Amino acid sequence: MTNGWVDIKNTDMMLIMGGNPAENHPCGFKWVVEAKKVRNAKLVVVDPRFQRTASQADHFCQIRAGTDIAFLGGLINYAIQNNRFNKEYVSNYTNAALIVNKGFKLPEDGLFSGYNPATMAYNVSSWNYEAGGNVTGTAAAAIAAGDGPATADTAAQVAAPQPAAMATGMGHAAGGPAAAKASPGAAPAPPSLPPDVSYDTSLEHPRCVFQLMKKQFSRYTPERVESITGIPREKCIKAWDMYTSIRKDGDMKKVGTIIYSVGWTQHSNGSQIIRTAAMIQLLLGNVGRAGGGVNALRGHSNIQGATDMAGVFDILPGYLKMPVPADTDFATYAKRITPTSAKPKEWDSFNYWSNTSKFAVSFLKAMYGDKATKETDWAFNYLPKIDRKYSWVEQWDNMYRGTVKGLMSFGMNGVAIGPNSHKNINALKKADWLVVGDIYPEETSDFWRSPGISDDEKKQIKTEVYRLPCAGFAEKDGTFVNSARWLQWKWAAVPPPGEAKLDQEILARIFLGVKALYQKEGGKFPDAILGLSWPYANPNNPSLTEVAKEINGKTLADTHDDKQTPTDWKAGQQLPGFAWLRDDGSTSCGNWLYCGSWPDAGSNTQRRNPDDPSGLGIHPTWGWSWPANRRVLYNRASCNLEGKPWDPTRKQVWWNEATGKWAGNDVPDFKVDSNPKDHMGPFIMNPEGVARLFVPLGPMADGPFPEHYEPIESPVVNELHPKQSNSPVVKKYKTDMDKYGTVADGYDIVCTTYRLTEHYHYWTKNNPMNVQLVPEPFVEIGEDLANERSIKGGEKVKVTSARGTYIAKALVTTRIKSMQIAGKKIYQIGIPIHWGYRGIQEDKGVTGLTPANLLSPTVIDPNAYTPEFKGFLVKLEKA
Amino acid sequence: MSNGTMEIKAISGHRGGTPGGGVYDQSDGKTRSGTSRDYDVCKLVDTTTCIGCKACEVACLEWNGYDFRDTTFDNTYQTMPDTAWNFWNLIRFNEDTDADGNLQWLMRKDQCMHCADPGCLEACPADGAIVQYQNGIVDFNQEHCIGCQYCVTGCPFNIPKFNDQTKKVYKCTLCSDRVGAGLEPACIKACPTGCLHFGSKEDMLFEANKRVGQIKANTSYKDAGVYDPEGVGGTHVIYVLHDATNPERYGGLPRDPRIPFMVKMWKGPLKWLGGLGITLGAFAMFMHYVRYGPKRVEGEEEKKA
Amino acid sequence: MGLSRRDFFKVVPGGTAALLLGFDAAPVLAQAKELKIARTTETRSTCPYCSVSCGVIIHTLGDKAKNVTPQVVHVEGDPDHPINKGTLCPKGASLYQDILNERRLLKPQVRRPGSDHWEDISWDKAYSEIARHIKTTRDATFVETDANGKTVNRCEGIGFNGGCTDTNEFNYLVVKTMRSLGVCYLENQARV
Repeated sequence: MTNGWVDIKNTDMMLIMGGNPAENHPCGFKWVVEAKKVRNAKLVVVDPRFQRTASQADHFCQIRAGTDIAFLGGLINYAIQNNRFNKEYVSNYTNAALIVNKGFKLPEDGLFSGYNPATMAYNVSSWNYEAGGNVTGTAAAAIAAGDGPATADTAAQVAAPQPAAMATGMGHAAGGPAAAKASPGAAPAPPSLPPDVSYDTSLEHPRCVFQLMKKQFSRYTPERVESITGIPREKCIKAWDMYTSIRKDGDMKKVGTIIYSVGWTQHSNGSQIIRTAAMIQLLLGNVGRAGGGVNALRGHSNIQGATDMAGVFDILPGYLKMPVPADTDFATYAKRITPTSAKPKEWDSFNYWSNTSKFAVSFLKAMYGDKATKETDWAFNYLPKIDRKYSWVEQWDNMYRGTVKGLMSFGMNGVAIGPNSHKNINALKKADWLVVGDIYPEETSDFWRSPGISDDEKKQIKTEVYRLPCAGFAEKDGTFVNSARWLQWKWAAVPPPGEAKLDQEILARIFLGVKALYQKEGGKFPDAILGLSWPYANPNNPSLTEVAKEINGKTLADTHDDKQTPTDWKAGQQLPGFAWLRDDGSTSCGNWLYCGSWPDAGSNTQRRNPDDPSGLGIHPTWGWSWPANRRVLYNRASCNLEGKPWDPTRKQVWWNEATGKWAGNDVPDFKVDSNPKDHMGPFIMNPEGVARLFVPLGPMADGPFPEHYEPIESPVVNELHPKQSNSPVVKKYKTDMDKYGTVADGYDIVCTTYRLTEHYHYWTKNNPMNVQLVPEPFVEIGEDLANERSIKGGEKVKVTSARGTYIAKALVTTRIKSMQIAGKKIYQIGIPIHWGYRGIQEDKGVTGLTPANLLSPTVIDPNAYTPEFKGFLVKLEKA
Repeated sequence: MSNGTMEIKAISGHRGGTPGGGVYDQSDGKTRSGTSRDYDVCKLVDTTTCIGCKACEVACLEWNGYDFRDTTFDNTYQTMPDTAWNFWNLIRFNEDTDADGNLQWLMRKDQCMHCADPGCLEACPADGAIVQYQNGIVDFNQEHCIGCQYCVTGCPFNIPKFNDQTKKVYKCTLCSDRVGAGLEPACIKACPTGCLHFGSKEDMLFEANKRVGQIKANTSYKDAGVYDPEGVGGTHVIYVLHDATNPERYGGLPRDPRIPFMVKMWKGPLKWLGGLGITLGAFAMFMHYVRYGPKRVEGEEEKKA
Repeated sequence: MGLSRRDFFKVVPGGTAALLLGFDAAPVLAQAKELKIARTTETRSTCPYCSVSCGVIIHTLGDKAKNVTPQVVHVEGDPDHPINKGTLCPKGASLYQDILNERRLLKPQVRRPGSDHWEDISWDKAYSEIARHIKTTRDATFVETDANGKTVNRCEGIGFNGGCTDTNEFNYLVVKTMRSLGVCYLENQARV
């Protein structure tokens, strides 16, 4: 979330789409209800089903799963056509005014400029700004000269393929892993952003971002959106009108928020759906403001923290990029991952990532202590250098192909989580060993006796499986990070039961066991293992207090810094914030984003003062929020150009002329002494200083603007460009377990998966209290479909995809309707995911023992690598 | 335990002064506290903000120590068809459409209403089995329950439930143990959206009417209203409904609940019959008529989701 | 305790913690029941389910004296918490039965190659066998330099998957240990 849970109460308008918080985040949803009750805020809900959140909506639209960009693109078109945006915000706080290269082409035919069908990837060199100065006032001349964006005919000539500039996704600058793979050996200099970018603050130049965006979404007419999404056009228009009504004639007083969850991420174009939402919020001037923002409701207690802490393959803690083979030394690595500012000459840009090397050196000091010195190049080569994607789906794919031989899994039920559970089960059969740490018996550790495996086959499964009893939440201390980026310490209430152990003890003893073997026997590259800093009082069971302090970071030498207060530091002191980090080896910090969570005075994550002096739900002394205890990100944008709040009744930060500093109820997300006259952009993490409506140079692998593509399994072809129905950069997997269904094969129904409020993932099927609330799996089927197939509620049905079969009882409901899509009648069904083959009901034989993810396809988003669990094709029959 | 909040107002099978210092008022047959101010508690259930999450169901079971029971999927999100002796709080789910044809998913927390004129207490012949406190809580004391189930007859909301094994009747206590210690009921505390609220009856009526005003002013629900039925003297659980003209839409909430006539007779003018020493058999036959005679008139058929 | 809490409540509905300890809490006429959390120790924790981070209070028997192993008797929302303000959802409200759950794994087990059953294993044996597996696989699949002669130090044969309720501190130890082993397939619930 850019904002926070309590902050939702400050809003005037809510769009909840791609998420079902009443179902999945009931206690956070209270702030939605609060906004409705206290501010008379309105709620628009868009979902494939009329679900619990919809029960509270002022306006509901049933959408076909996987067509979100069409609906949101229509909203952008509506806002622009009806002057429902704020020009001051858009032209100064976003890149709307910036001029884009001549060679850039919009995807009228489904392809942006630079596509290479052989590699299924884009050459992104045309996705760039034009260098130059202020061209405001030249639009008429440019139009007369035909100086618009490229067309399908002209683009090919302008953008010749350049392997070094392939789009790579997930925040990698061009020249990331895929580029390294595509061009081994001497890499030509990747294209970079021009330091001085040409711009037109009147937003009229035909190649300025605003005009390109306007042109792009002018194709998303109500008629077209209706035909793609299945939402009747009058309902679309009502939704668009309601949401944009907060910005009538550009007036900035009111605020709207967009709230989403994995209903947006779990698509083959999930990242672009979220981008579209961000663009709406920027266009309407809702980002950075109380009651506004783009708010991802993460689905689990600490996956925000797991992402911050780099539990995923492509980053290091604090979103530092992983090294690639071309990073032959630390300096090369630092140069590649540190952006240089690129902006209109007259504007200022903080470009906060220019501090990257301080974060990276401090991280290496935390990792390798005395082994990381200037002389050893900060032990940079101790880190692995990644050359390709090692994401979730690739891990299972390569295990199935036989190259991943061992897996450790702590609290992560990979078989049930899927996608394509059968493939994961068959992958585990080929592994040498599997270590599972969990608190309940679950599907993954029991894969070798999953339904359908005979006694003979068990004898053939050579995988050695260890199942280790871990500690539950009440038995562990440490911090979780919630959706709102709050770090909160929790205290252990009871010891683990039986022989169960704390997770950190299990990990430490395994690692120290491996280390001892390398010490004794030697082996491949033992340096990093032997050199890892492990300074804990009890090495076999590190206290999480010690670890938390290491993450926060400390000084390693007496230091003096005129720019900071206080100026002098003794070696060994806990650091008060990341501004103190240095790249000379005098500081160590496990994760720069968390620097400030545990200063000398003690842990800020343990603070429990619920005061909220401003009344805006900031609660600055409850726990601690990254970064720097800031509760609303980009809050500089809550003020106009002069530094005055857009709405004086919701004051977050403001420019204080007398002190020459930014002040606020929240911690200003800005350079604190930057005078508004200097026109520094509020989006300090971008080298432009402004937010990106257009994403240059390929951090988004599938295009600088969002475009509607059909899910990989879709009942219709893409109306916008039938020849390019799916995303051109989404690849299918190729093993014999990777099958994809089509309508021609009889898979005619759109299926989506989700959670219920009564259950939590694959966990509460062990909790009798939750089991009694919803005792069995079911398939949610609309009344008209059920009637057509003579299915009665409570009868067993069989749902089949190209990958597997799922059996459960039918729940027949009026809450899912059939839809008219491109003139065809299309049905949608839904499956809650919570069951598998181990659980209270499973062990009793009450269920079909079929995990829902037997059905879902191995398809991932090209940017975030998240699987497409929403919107795949199935058949439906009586069982 | 705060005696101030838990003084007794009425006890089943009992007349005259009540333990705890209350004074019996001849004029209306009620016991009043002589020492503390009039104080009554109330649960407000705003069905317009209920999301049917069932946190109240779980909080109730957890607090009262009732455990896992086998349930069966029955084509609905509703946990069970009805409340049970050990399941006092049930969300009733109903799929419906509003006047404009828009889908509505109505959810209502069904539980003991803690009537001001409790039919259960009225019907109960066992001394001290049912207690009404000054604060409005109607509580069952199983130690004194004789298992006759007349309370089941007396209740117009079908709330008291008989346990075959213990031969006693059970229902929601409004968490009298918590309220007595100065805490709110478990369901109230858990409710994520704040659709449940707890306070004095006066305050809850104020809140309820305020909410109704807001709904009428800002939505298309012009028939919104408060449910606080007069036929049972008002209740200590009140509802805000989008459509107060059709309470039946909310899983069979009775439009005009009243204590069955024969129960009224038994406790009122016919009380002397008991004094005459009617044989137990005849008495039971009479009560059988009361139980299975003029009972609920509304259909049991409910459209569930 | 011969009678588990669960069995106990089958016999005595509406029982209380006080009863469990053998007090006679039979309510006198006109007295409401004893409060079961009147004398418990309260520990602040965070709900392990979704990302709202509801504050919960875990009520345990005993006052944390040395001679007491605390026993959970109740879990309730933390009314001071700015987000949930004491409320909980049906999952948070049932956390008591997540902590005290008869299905919990209580000892390390191993399923040997080709076997059709789990067998118990000591922690020490499990640790040393797992360490050996890791070393064998790592040595067999480690790539020190790639085809272009660049140093890459990758272990391509081992994956590590982290879960959604792993703490930040645990996750940091995972990064430290796994990246030092050269593990590339480091993934988490955060991805899916």
